[in-house]
Amino acid sequence: MKIVLEHLTKQFISRHNSSEIVTAVNDFNFEIPDGKLVGLLGPSGCGKSTTLNLICGLEVPTQGKIYFGELDVTDLPPENRGVGMVFQNYALYPHLTVRQNILFPLENLKGEQKLSKEVMNEKALEAARLVQIDTLMERKPSELSGGQQQRVAIARALVKTPGVLLLDEPLSNLDARLRLQTREQIRRIQKETGITTIFVTHDQEEAMSISDLIIVMKEGMMQQMGKPQEVYNHPANLFVAKFLGTPAINVFEGKILNHKAYIGEDAIMESDAEDQDIYVGIRPEGFIPDKKGEFSCHFDRIETTGRDTSIVCHNDRCISDTDIRVIVDSDDELNNENGIIRFNLKPNKTHLFSRKDETVI
Amino acid sequence: MYNRNNPKGWLYLLPALLFITVFMVYPLIDVFVYSFEEGYNFASQTYTGVGLYNYSYILHDPYFLQAIRNTFILVIITVPLSTGIALLISLALNSIKKLKDLFQTVFFLPYVTNTLAVGLVFMILFKKTAYTEGLINLLLNSVGISSVDFIEGPYWAKMFVLCFYTVWVVLPFKILILTSALASVNKDYYNVARIDGTSRLRMFTRITLPMISPSLFYLIITGFIGAFKAYSDVVALFGTDLNAAGMNTIVGYVYDMLYGNSGGYPSFASAAALVLFAIVLTITVINLLVSRKNVHYQ
Repeated sequence: MKIVLEHLTKQFISRHNSSEIVTAVNDFNFEIPDGKLVGLLGPSGCGKSTTLNLICGLEVPTQGKIYFGELDVTDLPPENRGVGMVFQNYALYPHLTVRQNILFPLENLKGEQKLSKEVMNEKALEAARLVQIDTLMERKPSELSGGQQQRVAIARALVKTPGVLLLDEPLSNLDARLRLQTREQIRRIQKETGITTIFVTHDQEEAMSISDLIIVMKEGMMQQMGKPQEVYNHPANLFVAKFLGTPAINVFEGKILNHKAYIGEDAIMESDAEDQDIYVGIRPEGFIPDKKGEFSCHFDRIETTGRDTSIVCHNDRCISDTDIRVIVDSDDELNNENGIIRFNLKPNKTHLFSRKDETVI
Repeated sequence: MYNRNNPKGWLYLLPALLFITVFMVYPLIDVFVYSFEEGYNFASQTYTGVGLYNYSYILHDPYFLQAIRNTFILVIITVPLSTGIALLISLALNSIKKLKDLFQTVFFLPYVTNTLAVGLVFMILFKKTAYTEGLINLLLNSVGISSVDFIEGPYWAKMFVLCFYTVWVVLPFKILILTSALASVNKDYYNVARIDGTSRLRMFTRITLPMISPSLFYLIITGFIGAFKAYSDVVALFGTDLNAAGMNTIVGYVYDMLYGNSGGYPSFASAAALVLFAIVLTITVINLLVSRKNVHYQ
């Protein structure tokens, strides 16, 4: 089912000061195509979870509309929206077995929708098989690992075959190994069921790796939406550029003068934009060591971590919190004269942003 | 790593063990022994024989049978009633936002009020004297019901006052425990349940009740034990001559046998105390057995 948000806004009254109004979600407009896995990405407190709660109906929007397909669900209570939701802490009922947990939503059905015991059991088992927990049906949640609990929660959300599946930070309670496994599982389950799925995360790698589309948010505002690689390659603004990618993008102060972009004294690339102060963002993989390169830095050290070799260096114009990090092929020839190292820059890995509003030039 | 018979461990436990032995274990054994010593004399510390006569005596004593009857009526009425009312009030408190703290304080006030002071207030409310009918009777009169003497009148009226009083006195503690139990239930359970279209009744029976069942069970057990041990409340309402008032309780009977008008019979008192002990033990075991199935610890 496709999901459309129109001018969706949610304001809260501040908990500390009742005259202050906090805008958690600010004028959202986007359309999520049917059957996609969408990552809602942003730092904590940016309104991701609020957006999810608005979509599932636990929160009522201050303004705007939500459509599932053609249906306006803005005023529908959560139980009539046909959504399944997995909470960050899974919220499995601790006193019920896995089977009883998965059966719970089915047992709520009333009237004509009411199912027979056999059908309910069959459906529960089907959902359990999908997430591969069908051998654990009689256990209590406390007897399961974090990853298994997570999958029970997904099975419970899926058992009613919802039109939309919502996952709130689905992987944040798992350890690193399980996280990798589980995100593959989520990807597989989503592909098998074809249910439009939105998941919230603050982990850009997680979002980039399994989403069909990502939506980057900051302070209640949508920053950019697109395919993960597109957003990574063409960030709309400095925030998006900084938020995506590890190691993070290196940011420098620079300027445009006579159709050339400068960092300090080094002219790094051509630009048609008018003269102005700018920020320059260069991805760690955007540097090519070259003796005659246009961009110079002070060499600090070389770090080798597994497959990557990175050069750590610094430059007075760099405004990132950390030193400049450059990922190079280990067979690249390094030139290091008097502590100065020179690079050529890949144009498609170098982004220029206006100093004024931080949007891309 | 650790040794169950580590002498240091026993040493650390020694002070507590000493106190428990001297002030709890020894008296318990003593009471047990007294209860089988027939014709025990306080002054000379002698007895005439050993046997079950003490038990036979109290079980044929109409005052003791009255006390058992009173205690059981009190327990059977007040424990379910007070727990139920406390649950209702806690649910209501938990569902409001404004003035919640104020109401919580108001409901907790009886807990910090002196039993005898509260007893006096109840006397003023219910007692009929030469000067006034009592507030409740004035209310009853105003709707056309004739006065009842709640303190010295018919049995059911006195029992009503006692139950009313007991429920009112035990409510605050139960409300306190239950509101905190309710507040500690993770809100996400309810959010999930809402999204899954769970009715409010089902949320209560399938989520809330199991989640607060340990607290509820604790309150029922302590409620039973507390009600079986009722004494001071009865004195506060009906004075010390409880046998005459027909409102004695088992603990009251024990006290009377030791120190009251018919006092000086430690053997009878001990036997009565052991009967009470047997009753409380039985009820608690039944409670525990029932709870195995219905209480969910996390």
